[in-house]
Amino acid sequence: MTLMTKFLGAAAAAALSAGAALADPALIYDLGGKFDKSFNEAAYGGAERWAEETGGSYKDIEMQSEAQREQALRRFAEAGFNPVVTTGFSFSTPIAAVAGDYPDTKFVTIDGYVDPEEHPNVKSILFSEHEGSYLVGMMAAMASDSGTVGFVGGMDIPLIRKFACGYAQGVKAVNPDAEVIANMTGTTPAAWNDPVKGSELAKAQIGQGADVIYAAAGGTGLGVLQTAADEGILSIGVDSNQNHLHPGKVLTSMLKRVDNAVYESMTAGADLEAGVEVLGLAEDGVGVAMDEHNADLVTDEMTTAVEDAKAQIAAGEISVHDYSSDDSCPALTF
Amino acid sequence: MDFPTILQVLDSTIRLATPLLLACLAGLFSERAGIFDIGLEGKMLIAAFFSAAIAYTTGSVWMGLLAGVASSMVLSALHGVASITFRGNQLISGVAINFLAAGMTVLIAQDWFSQGGRTPSLSGGARFNAITLPFAEALQGVPILGPIYHDLISGHTILVYVAFLMVPLTWWILFRTRFGLRLRAVGENPAAVDTAGVSVVGLRYAAVAICGVLTGVAGAYLATGLQAGFVKDMAAGRGYIALAALIFAKWRPWYALMSTMLFGFLQAVALRPDLIQNTIGIRVQVQLLDALPYILTVIILAGFVGRAIPPRAGGAPYVKER
Repeated sequence: MTLMTKFLGAAAAAALSAGAALADPALIYDLGGKFDKSFNEAAYGGAERWAEETGGSYKDIEMQSEAQREQALRRFAEAGFNPVVTTGFSFSTPIAAVAGDYPDTKFVTIDGYVDPEEHPNVKSILFSEHEGSYLVGMMAAMASDSGTVGFVGGMDIPLIRKFACGYAQGVKAVNPDAEVIANMTGTTPAAWNDPVKGSELAKAQIGQGADVIYAAAGGTGLGVLQTAADEGILSIGVDSNQNHLHPGKVLTSMLKRVDNAVYESMTAGADLEAGVEVLGLAEDGVGVAMDEHNADLVTDEMTTAVEDAKAQIAAGEISVHDYSSDDSCPALTF
Repeated sequence: MDFPTILQVLDSTIRLATPLLLACLAGLFSERAGIFDIGLEGKMLIAAFFSAAIAYTTGSVWMGLLAGVASSMVLSALHGVASITFRGNQLISGVAINFLAAGMTVLIAQDWFSQGGRTPSLSGGARFNAITLPFAEALQGVPILGPIYHDLISGHTILVYVAFLMVPLTWWILFRTRFGLRLRAVGENPAAVDTAGVSVVGLRYAAVAICGVLTGVAGAYLATGLQAGFVKDMAAGRGYIALAALIFAKWRPWYALMSTMLFGFLQAVALRPDLIQNTIGIRVQVQLLDALPYILTVIILAGFVGRAIPPRAGGAPYVKER
């Protein structure tokens, strides 16, 4: 009996010390997968930067199905990881369900929204994608000769409509007569990984006269960029810098600094401040990618216009309508 | 809707229907011999991966095609061993193949290329490029027929023409050769075939192997013809749509051509909601158009357009009488 108690005591002590040692952050990627060359890969980049700079370690996992979300959250929380960072809007509901059970663990949802009143240990990080999309929309309109530009979205969700709406507003700001063709790939998560359909959508838009196409569609977007490069028109990447995929064919990429969000969450560690944070142009949370791969495509005129608009949006002089605020878009019908 | 637009939609139809057609004919061979094959999707996926991976490493798309077909045949053989030799449940074996392919492709791709379950982009000779048929340029000026020949018939990759030629070939094999007769008989009444002294097991393996070759070509077309590389889950349900098309076609080759063209056409039209709006004057939700192939299949299955009767011995493993 005493032996038993000793064992149990030792086990408990080991568990406790393990828990204390494991105050590492954890990162959960959404269904698109860790290396999607886009959204999730940006998160991975931020975590790697944190690990490199601080010498710390973190655990990560990729979701394979909807059912795994809550399970993964619980396992990380129970293993003592803190904070648990998640990417993708789909984590809002599972986090809201789990957060109450682990009040000492901080959860971060990037792109999701959890009410901070109800769950004081959750931080929601949102991006003003409409502002970044507005800037690439301006560039698209300036680069277009035909006056018709395209948008290919992934899964038809309000977030992606927010991209499309900001883009259309940017296009119309430069050329009010321009036509914006917007297509969504599908209504299920499979829409993030269907490059064949992405290609066909791009071809259909080219058939309608589009000569710049913005893809906000994860893996599907790779098909759009490929077809645009094959057919000799310009494309615009999303989330991560995708300019290098087809040098000289990708006009720019709408950057969403998910890497910074992850990096900062991990740096703050367990002392992370919960609540809602919106990263826009003013906070450098979104932006346009300029590098050696698109230097020849971007004119000085575009750079000036984008810089001006950026300053005006940051100062509040231009307000870009956010689709998710009222589920409608003044510049585009879906 | 003007003429060039119609051509664009039909051109898109051909590209979208080709993988469906190949997979549908593959399923036709297998199911006519009495082996149900849910695993078309998985076989296409693995063929897509290996064709892209080998095309990238060797720089030759033909080596890629061979590798794609070989990998698809390996999975076919697995399905054959499970469902013919060991008389397992064909549906379960097929589902297992789909899961196996979905996981294995990403795993191998990540280990091989470290690009997150994708292959690097293919270029030049590592892709099937569009071929221009003879006289396409010269005849372009001819009214109506010239553009049809130049824009619609010419300018596809070789695999598209292979797929179309497979339709008469399949018909000829199934309905005009001794092998085809026996193959169909094995799907209807394997005992009779056995009585005649012909190997049921051999015929079924042959059918499953042909199925592997055709799904291999379909997968290679996705990754090296339509796209320039493999992306995870890129088959995106096309194997299942092909199965629906097979039921729609009531397991007949020419009808398979028509049903896959119809499904391809519906998918192509769904890409152009503006055309529908201009033609019929009201805005139709894209989601409805995307769902149409499935709705049509349900209608067929409900018996509105005549009964779809599967091969009678389909799904049942053959046990030799002792």
